[in-house]
Amino acid sequence: MHTDFCSRHVGSVGEARESMIRELGYERIVALIDDAVPENIRGGDPLELPEALSETAALDRLRGIMSQNKVVKSLIGQGYSGTIVPPVIQRNILENPGWYTAYTPYQAEIAQGRLEALLNFQTMVADLTGLDVAGASLLDEGTAAAEAMALAKSGKPRGTTMFIADTCHPQTIDVVQTRAEPLGIKIEVGDWQTFKPSDCEGLFAVLVQYPDTRGSVDDYAAWIEEVHAAGALAIVAADLLALTVLRAPGEFGADICVGNSQRFGVPFGFGGPHAAFMSCTDKLKRKMPGRLIGVSIDSQGKPGYRLSLQTREQHIRRDKATSNICTAQVLLAVMASMYAVYHGPSGLKGIADQVHRAARVMAASLQGAGFEIVSETFFDTLVVRVPGEADAYLAKALESGYNLRRIDADHIGIAFDETFVCDDGRALIRVFGIENPTMPEDETPKWGEGNTRVSDFCTAPVFNSYHSETEMLRYLARLEKKDLALNESMIALGSCTMKLNATAEMMPLSWPEVAHIHPFAPDDQTMGYRQMLDELSDWLARITGFAAVSLQPNAGSQGEYAGLLAIRRYHEAHGDTGRDACLIPTSAHGTNPASAVMAGFKVVPVACDDQGNIDVDDLKAKAEEYSEQLGALMITYPSTHGVYEATIVDICKTIHQHGGQVYMDGANMNAQVGLTSPGLIGADVCHLNLHKTFCIPHGGGGPGVGPIGVAKQLVPYLPGHMTMDNEEAPVCSAAYGSASINTISWMYIAMMGADGLTEATKIAILNANYMAKLLNDYFPVLYTGNKGLVAHECIIDLRPISEQSGVTVEDVAKRLMDYGYHAPTMSWPVAGTLMIEPTESESKAELDKFCDAMILIHGEIQDVIEGRADKEDNILKNAPHTAEMVISDTWSHPYPREQAAFPMSCQRDHKFWPAVGRIDNVHGDRNLVCSCVGMEEYTNE
Amino acid sequence: MNVPDNLRYTSDHEWVLLEGDIVKVGITDHAQEELTDVVFVELPEDGRSCDAGDPVAVVESVKAASDIYCPVAGDIIEGNQDLEGDPSLVNADPYGSGWIFKVQLRDASAVDALMDAEGYKALIG
Repeated sequence: MHTDFCSRHVGSVGEARESMIRELGYERIVALIDDAVPENIRGGDPLELPEALSETAALDRLRGIMSQNKVVKSLIGQGYSGTIVPPVIQRNILENPGWYTAYTPYQAEIAQGRLEALLNFQTMVADLTGLDVAGASLLDEGTAAAEAMALAKSGKPRGTTMFIADTCHPQTIDVVQTRAEPLGIKIEVGDWQTFKPSDCEGLFAVLVQYPDTRGSVDDYAAWIEEVHAAGALAIVAADLLALTVLRAPGEFGADICVGNSQRFGVPFGFGGPHAAFMSCTDKLKRKMPGRLIGVSIDSQGKPGYRLSLQTREQHIRRDKATSNICTAQVLLAVMASMYAVYHGPSGLKGIADQVHRAARVMAASLQGAGFEIVSETFFDTLVVRVPGEADAYLAKALESGYNLRRIDADHIGIAFDETFVCDDGRALIRVFGIENPTMPEDETPKWGEGNTRVSDFCTAPVFNSYHSETEMLRYLARLEKKDLALNESMIALGSCTMKLNATAEMMPLSWPEVAHIHPFAPDDQTMGYRQMLDELSDWLARITGFAAVSLQPNAGSQGEYAGLLAIRRYHEAHGDTGRDACLIPTSAHGTNPASAVMAGFKVVPVACDDQGNIDVDDLKAKAEEYSEQLGALMITYPSTHGVYEATIVDICKTIHQHGGQVYMDGANMNAQVGLTSPGLIGADVCHLNLHKTFCIPHGGGGPGVGPIGVAKQLVPYLPGHMTMDNEEAPVCSAAYGSASINTISWMYIAMMGADGLTEATKIAILNANYMAKLLNDYFPVLYTGNKGLVAHECIIDLRPISEQSGVTVEDVAKRLMDYGYHAPTMSWPVAGTLMIEPTESESKAELDKFCDAMILIHGEIQDVIEGRADKEDNILKNAPHTAEMVISDTWSHPYPREQAAFPMSCQRDHKFWPAVGRIDNVHGDRNLVCSCVGMEEYTNE
Repeated sequence: MNVPDNLRYTSDHEWVLLEGDIVKVGITDHAQEELTDVVFVELPEDGRSCDAGDPVAVVESVKAASDIYCPVAGDIIEGNQDLEGDPSLVNADPYGSGWIFKVQLRDASAVDALMDAEGYKALIG
């Protein structure tokens, strides 16, 4: 018997499920699983997890745990500030499956809503930072700074050294140092005012904070000129709210600007997820890491948005990529952009003025009472000198309900934000024994005269139109309706595991004791978080068969990097400094080689056979050849071709015999849970994608969470953090990465229990095999394992039919939109194919409907082959068809409009319309436009 | 497939035209067809000194980014600035206005080591 929740999580139970099993020629699902999953990787004991809880019971239990957190107003700053999430944004984006269940916007025509929101984000960041181009967000400020370092280095390959001002946020310095070490980059940390760029040989970049971590607003202009004269680039880590009133970094010479957009309406969440940003000069844009949204035109000549310059990314560039980053923080970037849309430029300035005023009143009051403020200039952060009494003042502040920042025994930091109101001011001055506030003598800002912003920002109409809640609500709804998400139909993306993101799993995110905890809050305020994270780590360790799990990596790519770093550090600690060869099968995802290079490995490719399996003979030969240098093997299991390879156990043994460690890519963990485990198979490290197997929604292209599990010998080398006992090698700004969304995976495991999780894996395998069976007569399944079975996904081959008809896999993907579907994974891992992963959550009815659509499309292709349809002007080449196209008074195509728009009769009842016609990719990459048009251009029209 | 007889070729699908002690380099008709529509060409730095096989330029389409290697040792003396405005010249006229860069040869005989048209035709089948 399984619990109530499990029978809701899986798509089919009872007779529907039984009929699918029968369709595959089996009586019972056990027999199917026994045939599909090789015996030599099965077994072990059943998962030891707590009894499954109902939705209500799980919510109660988690509420009990999280209520141990103490919600205290945090004036700690250090890169994270209190903010007010506008309720219209919280309810309609953060809590709305129309936004959070969408996938990365690869299929642009059905993703125009969030592409527009991301273009707004890019425009906002480019405007505020005063640079030419901004990307669609990065993971956090620390990793963004590390990415900036890599970007700067790529332009000066012979550079050896980067200088970091000691007034940067300490966690940023730590993350950059971790990243620099394996790349052989020397990091010099010091006082920027005394650092002479011309005296530093091999200098390729500098990093400064603006305003700096102690609140000071410095004029870097002259110094940056010296940096440029020395042939190096200037990276400025900046605060977006401050930039509404301070001179933009691009205006004082910055080449790259990074930072965190969290204070634009995204809760603390004990460290994340938040959207970091990066902007740069036009010269650097083609090497900028991460997603970049651009404007192109569609088949009707109208503007449409798309992901631009994808060939820069790791999946194409592999070991030559600047970065391994695959994802963005789309949901959070959308929230931050909408905060700017809702408030508009004058609203944002108003918030900045309010924050600055609070800081000025506090500074005047403290100075009036004889306290020394360390920095003369400031925007929102004050550092107060309290010789020997820092801890006493921190304790007093806490009694009044405020967290301040302990800088050292003699200094405390106070960072103001928009949640700070007059009553807070009165309470806070009393902490310092002051009864009445002192008003500043004049209205002159305290950030230093020359640092005042004079340029406009956010002048585009979108930032100046939606300031009433009604208008905002409708703008959000308009965009949402352009996007296809899981609340519309199945998104059967192979390797992406687009399963149910249950509502009960999402609800805790909105609880104050989850949302409003600062990542550097004192330990006794975060007891609930620690218990939840400990329980989740323990459960994941049991599921993966490993000794320990780190939840720090905030994306799968980060997990790969952290796991390989652990291997590297393990070898080094054992005196094996020469073990820098990393074997990677040619079938691996491009992120693998990109991560390996980042972690200081040299990539040695291993061949694959015609079936897509690893060529074991080649692997053994390479392991032999590189025996002395062998550091690691990276392998995906089940393989990227969706097949369980029985040779895996032998492969792991071979690597171990030659002194290497096995890194397993956990992208396909949804085919393992409860049936086998990386630990059982023989891997030493595995990253998990909690946003795949463990139900964190894809958020339209992020956030993700990529924890790593490790075997016993690697435990000491898991990423540490300045707030943890182990401070070594942090890979993220916050100790627990995107801590808040781990509640989603906690809820999932708590509600499923061991039996439910295993059941889910079995149904995922059943669903994939059922679809493979239905489609095989039309589009042959490319790879199969034992008895013609696949794992949890299948690749269907369109190459023969494409050859005959001239209809490409892209045409099929676009035509699926007319049927109301998002295409499966296109041309990966094999060009000209589609990879389908239905997951356990889709019902038989939905699987049947999708297969019907594919079979009808097969018929449409046959029409082309047999001459009933034109080779060029046909329903596939012209797809997708927008409402405007089919309703137009002129229709010149040789097929009926009804067939174009309503290929299935059920669509007359409900139809999802693509917002634009097919987007022209070539036009977009040749004519790169990455921001909204300005007000001037708008009014000129 | 167009493989002019007067050029020399590399196995990475670059062509080389010898003019005195200078060579002009581009990508072959076959290469541009495989890449599909070129959207951007990153030109090498002028004056850069290269060994044969050094990656010096990048040609990007919407599907792929391909490194272009310096086929012979020498100094880069010029990149084709026209490609910055119109990268599609690589598709339209790969052996003419779509040339990518010029190299001042260190040793003129290095060109002899490259494939001739017959050899290249055999390579691409």
